[in-house]
Amino acid sequence: MASKSWLNILTFLCGSAVGFVLCSQLLSILLEEQKDIQPSVLHNDPHARHSDDSEQNHLEGQMNFDADASQHKDENTDIAEKLYQKVKILCWVMTGPQNLEKKAKHVKATWAQRCNKVLFMSSEENKDFPAVGLKTREGRDQLYWKTIKAFQYVHDHYLDDADWFMKADDDTYVILDNLRWLLSKYNPEDPIYFGRRFKPYVKQGYMSGGAGYVLSKEALKRFVEAFKTDKCTHSSSIEDLALGRCMEIINVEAGDSRDTTGKETFHPFVPEHHLIKGYLPRTFWYWNYNYYPPVEGPGCCSDLAVSFHYVDPTTMYELEYLVYHLRPYGYLYRYQPALPEKMLKENHTILVKD
Amino acid sequence: MLSGSSLFLKGVLLGSIFCVLMTVLGLIRTDYGKRRRHYEHHHLQAPNEDILKLAEDERTNLSKSFRVYCIILVKPKDVRLWAAVKETWAKHCDKAEFFSSENVKVFESVNMGTNDMWLMMRKAYKYAFDKYGDQYNWFFLARPTTFAIIENLKYFLLKKNSSQPFYLGHTEKSGDLEYVRVGGGIVLSIESIKRLNSLPSIPEKCSEKGRKVWDVSEDKQLAVCLKYAGVFAENAEDSKGKDVFNTKSVGIFIKEAMTNHPNQVVEGCCSDMAITFNGLTCNQMYVMMYGVYHLRAFGHVFSDVLVFLPANASDND
Repeated sequence: MASKSWLNILTFLCGSAVGFVLCSQLLSILLEEQKDIQPSVLHNDPHARHSDDSEQNHLEGQMNFDADASQHKDENTDIAEKLYQKVKILCWVMTGPQNLEKKAKHVKATWAQRCNKVLFMSSEENKDFPAVGLKTREGRDQLYWKTIKAFQYVHDHYLDDADWFMKADDDTYVILDNLRWLLSKYNPEDPIYFGRRFKPYVKQGYMSGGAGYVLSKEALKRFVEAFKTDKCTHSSSIEDLALGRCMEIINVEAGDSRDTTGKETFHPFVPEHHLIKGYLPRTFWYWNYNYYPPVEGPGCCSDLAVSFHYVDPTTMYELEYLVYHLRPYGYLYRYQPALPEKMLKENHTILVKD
Repeated sequence: MLSGSSLFLKGVLLGSIFCVLMTVLGLIRTDYGKRRRHYEHHHLQAPNEDILKLAEDERTNLSKSFRVYCIILVKPKDVRLWAAVKETWAKHCDKAEFFSSENVKVFESVNMGTNDMWLMMRKAYKYAFDKYGDQYNWFFLARPTTFAIIENLKYFLLKKNSSQPFYLGHTEKSGDLEYVRVGGGIVLSIESIKRLNSLPSIPEKCSEKGRKVWDVSEDKQLAVCLKYAGVFAENAEDSKGKDVFNTKSVGIFIKEAMTNHPNQVVEGCCSDMAITFNGLTCNQMYVMMYGVYHLRAFGHVFSDVLVFLPANASDND
């Protein structure tokens, strides 16, 4: 009799244990699903989106200005959106197989998404990244050849998709909104190109490679044509100088990219190197290269800077935070740049201030 | 046999009921805990409709109603950072004064005549209250390693009444004591300073004479004193729950984010309305000035309730 009651107790206990375990599993599954609902701001951020089209090797601009609405509800991006439509920029980023994960990845995660189209140019194709294979070798002496082939590729496949064609390195940070403001005053049918202007070797000057430079549609057409007709040479170990020489030969004007107060917009170094007096020693080559009088300290850099160079991955994200996120509430900036005349005439509505 | 299986089933039933009960109890407890924590935090609130309808001059007046007095505690070894702070963000305080352990020839400062940080802090607050208690309603204390955006501080204080006892910043807990870390900057309302200064000197508890040998940091000491005066620390956050006072620099946050959530580095980093960052070098102070007060993206326009004008005779903001 005693053993039977023992058996009963055991059965009961087994049952309750099983019931407990099953129930706890069920509840934990139900509760896990609730925890997965992350704040929408992280998922809706325009930076987090990528093109799903694996067939294409370019990335469409992911400028969904309304995506981050919950976080930036005081922000009005009408003007930026208008410029995105009116000033179409194709960016191509000079990179290589070893740098896709180390450097180009961070470009893709930050500013590249703001181009109307962006291409990553490498010596070999990478379908996953995606990166275009130029079928060259890698190395500093290949830079000009890669540049020529890259522009040729862009010309052959995307000429009608953009008005302006920007070249940058995988350690360049570009502020596309400011580039559009700069270029909005110019006509892409004119033969002109912009960047950080250097004075030696070329009469009209040439643009620093690292700070990035941008060609008008006409400039791109003439550049590609120049190699077919042998007007420009293919071989050079100094990419930016060679391009600058070619530009002069084909009558493409070296533009003045400074803002309306005369401050530089394209920068060959990170902000710190330009802002801190004495950071770049007086004997440094830079002081003799700048086309316009070089400035260090607060006057070095425009509020509407377009690019910085030698930007490491951490600094990429820092700049992204400083430009597009952190701001001084209510601050009336000293520099109040205006929209160019032709945009003012076309659309009165966007300029209605509250 | 029947009785065996029915017994088993009864057991299963009892087990599940017990499990549900425990889970529900657990949820209630964590929920209560979360609610308690939220109650203790101050959330940055968006301005309400009434304020948005203000006219231009009314907005200017509202903006001018926040008068922030900045106390920066320095020692001779901080002289380079001191210079950087003086030439950068301190210009945006309505008034900024440097309180030093001793007289330093190159810079103007209020000499506290002591090397002890807690004593310096206590004396600085007393000096500030005695001299400026009727002119300023908010008191911000920082070390020279901190970079502060005073405009964002004023926005944060928008609906807070300075005649209430506020003690804000980046808080941490030491045992039972919740205190504001000095590295992130400490904000006191005029009421809090008043209460602090009206405390009689109680040895062991809130000492004027200086710390004991078993060193309690000055920020904890302050919390103890304020607690006796009925003033409690509150962690300052934006509407998304992100800290606005930071004890680390932007660079550190980015590096951590690149490790912890590499797909959302900037989004997971720091508040758009951050007020302070800490651990900056001199050079970084100048870079922050440019990055905050100059560098921006064209075509992104904000409709802000407050209006702040750039400082006179200043070339970096």
